[in-house]
Amino acid sequence: MPQRVGIVAVAQTKYEAAKPRQHLSDLVLEVTDKILEETGISLIDDVDSVVSCSQDHWDGRTISSMPIPDVTGSHLRDESKVAGDGAYAVLYGMMHILSGHHDIVLVVSHCSESQTDGRIIENCAIDHIYHRMLGLDFLSCAAMQANRYMHKYGISREQCAKVVVKNRGNAKNNPYAQAPAKLSLEDVLNSSMLAFPITALDAKPASDGACAILLAKEDKAKKLTDKPVWIKGVGNCYDAHFLGDRDLSACDSLVSASKRAYEMASITNPGKEIDLVEMSEMFSYQELLWMEGLGFCDRGEGGHLIDSGTTQMEGNLPVNPSGGLLSGVPVTVAGMSRVAEAALQLQGKCGDRQVPEAKIAIAHGTAGVCGQMHCVLVLEKGGK
Amino acid sequence: MPQRVAIVGIGQTRHTSRRPDVNDGELINEAVSAALADAQLTMKDIETVIIGNMEFFEGHHLNDAMLVDYTGARGKSGFKMNTGGTVGTMNVISGWYNVASGLFDTCLVIGWEKHDEAPTTSCITTITDPAIDRPYAVGALSGLAIISMNYMTRTGCKVEHAAMVRAQASENASRNPNAHVRDRLSVEDILKARMVVYPLNLYFLCPTSVGACATVLASEVKANKITKKPVWIKDHVTVHSDYSGALFTFPGETRETSHMVAGRKLFQRNHITKPIREIQVFEMYDPCAFVQMSWLEDFGICGEGEGWRLVEKGVTAREGEFPVCPSGGVLCTNAIGDSGTLRVAEAALQIRGDAGEHQVTRDVKTALASGYGGSYWTDLLLLSKTLD
Repeated sequence: MPQRVGIVAVAQTKYEAAKPRQHLSDLVLEVTDKILEETGISLIDDVDSVVSCSQDHWDGRTISSMPIPDVTGSHLRDESKVAGDGAYAVLYGMMHILSGHHDIVLVVSHCSESQTDGRIIENCAIDHIYHRMLGLDFLSCAAMQANRYMHKYGISREQCAKVVVKNRGNAKNNPYAQAPAKLSLEDVLNSSMLAFPITALDAKPASDGACAILLAKEDKAKKLTDKPVWIKGVGNCYDAHFLGDRDLSACDSLVSASKRAYEMASITNPGKEIDLVEMSEMFSYQELLWMEGLGFCDRGEGGHLIDSGTTQMEGNLPVNPSGGLLSGVPVTVAGMSRVAEAALQLQGKCGDRQVPEAKIAIAHGTAGVCGQMHCVLVLEKGGK
Repeated sequence: MPQRVAIVGIGQTRHTSRRPDVNDGELINEAVSAALADAQLTMKDIETVIIGNMEFFEGHHLNDAMLVDYTGARGKSGFKMNTGGTVGTMNVISGWYNVASGLFDTCLVIGWEKHDEAPTTSCITTITDPAIDRPYAVGALSGLAIISMNYMTRTGCKVEHAAMVRAQASENASRNPNAHVRDRLSVEDILKARMVVYPLNLYFLCPTSVGACATVLASEVKANKITKKPVWIKDHVTVHSDYSGALFTFPGETRETSHMVAGRKLFQRNHITKPIREIQVFEMYDPCAFVQMSWLEDFGICGEGEGWRLVEKGVTAREGEFPVCPSGGVLCTNAIGDSGTLRVAEAALQIRGDAGEHQVTRDVKTALASGYGGSYWTDLLLLSKTLD
């Protein structure tokens, strides 16, 4: 029987619109320190390798992991960087352990969106020969996706706005959240229009922060904590890059990623077996579309799902009890913070945002234009 | 269950200073197609794709996602690595983790760089801290000059020895049709080149190249079905240093670099006591002529001060007892994100006996490949013809 991979501890900074007093190293130091404090481990004696996740373009620095070894104890030791979403770094850390090469892996991620204009960076992620000069960014592309999705299935702006009201409301119970708020549907619908149908409140605000997760091989995880969380299944997948090559009203790569994750975790009926979802919704419509991709409802049913109240805190399947990305989490850190929040739920450490009796949770990360690549993790509560 | 991992397919582009005839994706696709053809596989057989380079050299954010049509990753698993200069070797190591973890059985690994798209040294300069030392940093040049001066001062190595290393590399590269700078150079030619940063003249430094390299990795069960000549990745070590780097050693301090730690770990773990006898070829990431000698010592291949003596005696030549970079190495070909992947690929070709004109004369059973980058960062891989 192969050993499982356990999440031992997680740490997050408070996410804020700007953290001008902290260098990027300071952000990582803050979360690394929290992990050490909680677990009592030593970076030098116990941690075998460090996996980081950050982006050169966001940091304005080639090799954005340059400030990492200083604050993660990896001087003259193993460190490597995944350049994508933080959920992928957790996946890579998991591989470090499953391969038998390492027993304990520290995974960290940082981003300071306040230091730059994200639209320029997103434009650099668009195909450079045909589309980049059009000035596309992730917002303008998302607006096209939202229009396509909403038009095809008759999803209303009100249904999307409900996601914002729910998530920003949930954030009030999350001490790490950047922008908790009691909003009405009118607030969302009447906020300034960014790109139809996406308003300022339909979009994720820019954010600064960091996240860390300590992973360990089963036997070591059990020694380090009495509340381990097991990674039961993982799946990740790329979609096409050109928007014209995709059906934007669907999310094929998320369907494949979740299928792989469920298969590995032996989950046959996600709607019944899963207790909560922490997902990466950069824009409100995405929570509805991603719920379809994750197999919680049929295609085009995302709107009905939010209407039914199922995804509310008191519903059968709370989605983003933390407040999600709409309440402010930096890109890159995003997917890792979803894993962290889902793990906290399963450890029963979520305070006012705790979902009662949570046993199995989904954490989801995405990167690329209109959710081009997705990573899905199925987490299971361990211990007594 | 952990699985053992082999290289079952190898492909690379020719390397040159400019490729205006192809875009990034087309360049990558040349290497991908060559690697798949070498393995006699199609993209249908590939489960996951790992790609890596340094984004600033081309200016693309999330280029793994942008280039899926050329890498073949659409509909597949995979992600992108970026660890700076070591990213090429890190790609292979990441591919190893993907397969060794048991999550996948086949993995396509791609390293690439297109240095004709942007000024390389300006981009490398941004590895420095924007608040502290960026205003006076000069890419990788100053660091390599410091390492070279330090080596000469410590060991009595002369500039002529570096010229011997470079002459040997040019002899090797002239036999390698995919190498970039293939001119046959004499020690005199090399010493006459114009100075860039003392003691490094133009020939002592690696060029900026355009190229891509891809390898196909497979689990034990699959590998034996795919090829009769699998090359096993027996072990690997990654060692990074903190940002202040290990460039400087003050009098009285013990010198400890990431290469030293990596060599010690790898050899101890694999019970290699006399690497120079037990390993038959080393494809080292050698960005300048002096470091090839210095790093033979750091990796523990020979004792301190013996590196330049090995070169003097011809031990590291293609026909020598311990050939170093028979492909011509990074000294003759350097497309950064591809360089490390290429080191592993070239070492594997030597084990397979498929290196053609630049095949070493010794029978190769075990080979080393290294990556270098960052503020003294190291990847070191041990490849083997057999599993035991």
